[in-house]
Amino acid sequence: MGEMMSKVKVSTTINGDPVEYLCDAEETLLDVLRDHLGLTGAKEGCGTGDCGACSVVVDGRVVCSCLVLGAEAEGRKVTTVEGLATGDRLHPLQQKFLEFAALQCGVCTPGFLVAAKALLDRNPDPTETEIRFGLAGNLCRCTGYDKIVRAVQAAAAEMRKG
Amino acid sequence: MRYEAPTTAKEAVRLMAGKAGMARVLAGGTDLLVQIRTDRIAPDLIVDIKRIAGMRSIMTKSGGFRIGAAVSGAELGEHKALRRAWPGVVEAANLIGSIQIQSRATMGGNLCNASPAADSVPALVAAGATAVIVGPRGRRSLPVEDVAVAPGRTSLKKGEIVEAIVLPKRAPRSGDAYLRFIPRSEMDIAVVGAGVSLTLDRNGVCTAARVALGAVAERVILVPDAAKALIGSTVDQAALERLAAAASAACRPIDDKRGTKKFRIKVAGVLARRAARTALARAQGK
Ligand SMILES: Cc1cc2nc3c(=O)[nH]c(=O)nc-3n(C[C@H](O)[C@H](O)[C@H](O)COP(=O)(O)OP(=O)(O)OC[C@H]3O[C@@H](n4cnc5c(N)ncnc54)[C@H](O)[C@@H]3O)c2cc1C
Ligand code: FES
Ligand code: FES
Repeated sequence: MGEMMSKVKVSTTINGDPVEYLCDAEETLLDVLRDHLGLTGAKEGCGTGDCGACSVVVDGRVVCSCLVLGAEAEGRKVTTVEGLATGDRLHPLQQKFLEFAALQCGVCTPGFLVAAKALLDRNPDPTETEIRFGLAGNLCRCTGYDKIVRAVQAAAAEMRKG
Repeated sequence: MRYEAPTTAKEAVRLMAGKAGMARVLAGGTDLLVQIRTDRIAPDLIVDIKRIAGMRSIMTKSGGFRIGAAVSGAELGEHKALRRAWPGVVEAANLIGSIQIQSRATMGGNLCNASPAADSVPALVAAGATAVIVGPRGRRSLPVEDVAVAPGRTSLKKGEIVEAIVLPKRAPRSGDAYLRFIPRSEMDIAVVGAGVSLTLDRNGVCTAARVALGAVAERVILVPDAAKALIGSTVDQAALERLAAAASAACRPIDDKRGTKKFRIKVAGVLARRAARTALARAQGK
């Protein structure tokens, strides 16, 4: 056993696909996504839950993947930014982020997209205040947030049209 | 480090009580994993309680509520009956962190992390909540104010786990509220927090009250003198001034980068008064 003891075997679902991996007990879900599974969309900005760059959805709720252990994903459903587009078609949020220039360096963008999608899934017609509160866990050092808010509003309007 | 995710409280206690060296409960991980990642602690064993069914649910119990220790802030906020009965407790728990943090953070973790600035704790203390603790020698109940003893230290013994938090049955014409002061509107640690719960009789006279303060001492404190200022009054201006004075008098804060002693003492009175006004309005059904 020795060797095997410290590794945890995990079966989970990521962006709709069944995935299995072995991880160390101390590895975070963010480590697993980036280092074991090659899903580098989620970023590590702080590693302590403050910046939201690592946001992913687990069982319908948006979380900081830097504060989730890889082992905890057993049997859960995980959605990352890589799961937003359908084939070549970008998600309306991704499209509007491009159109509204809601990113500069882009490090925060995957986290904003995942958090914004989670927000719109629960509240398809948020006010500007609701958007700002809903995204308060995501930090951006470049844009000043305004363009991000406009992009989310535009995407929400488009998604409501269906 | 070893990770275990038992499915029963009994198994969780057995793991926690075993001689594994340093063992820690993992609820939402929003304190624990930060502490591990910043090398402040290095547990040998982590026991994830989120797969224990009895710790995942909110149940009504003799007119009150039994909130499992693994229930997240987001789940509390979505529970209508709980929000109606204890709006102050729910608003306090929902102040913790961002949406991402709310998806994970629990009141049990907030309590057992034993920060004097923990937001949900003054509201729970004001509410008269009890912690149900399960351990190697069975179950016991403890008033929430007796769980934390000093920053980062609880009165829990080896192998003990908070299984649930119980909120008592609400008397008619009752209300509670929690307020904190932070320099920004989201994502910060309380400089002062104040929780108030009160009950009125048919004539609008206060018959019962509890007042608790956060971030003004080494742990969250219950302030009986502040409650006494309300009891027997109609929670009028004079009573509120006496409450504020009693709240300020009970503070024994520290100076730090978030606020000076003097500031904390003053703000504790102001927040306690404002929280009492909101609790009053809620008790009056406004
Ligand atoms: C970005 C960010 C913002 C935050 N903002 C706030 C805020 O505004 N206000 C605030 O009060 N806090 C805040 N916090 C701190 C933290 O989110 C809260 O204290 C939260 O309630 C902890 O709950 P948890 O379930 O995540 O606890 P965990 O991290 O799982 O556990 C915390 C501690 O308690 C122990 N523990 C947990 N559950 C139990 C149990 N049932 N029995 C025995 N021991 C247990 C753990 O072993 C650990 O030592 C913030 C944290 C972050 C990362
Ligand atoms: S990297 Fe997870 S919140 Fe910053
Ligand atoms: S675009 Fe650079 S941090 Fe947001």
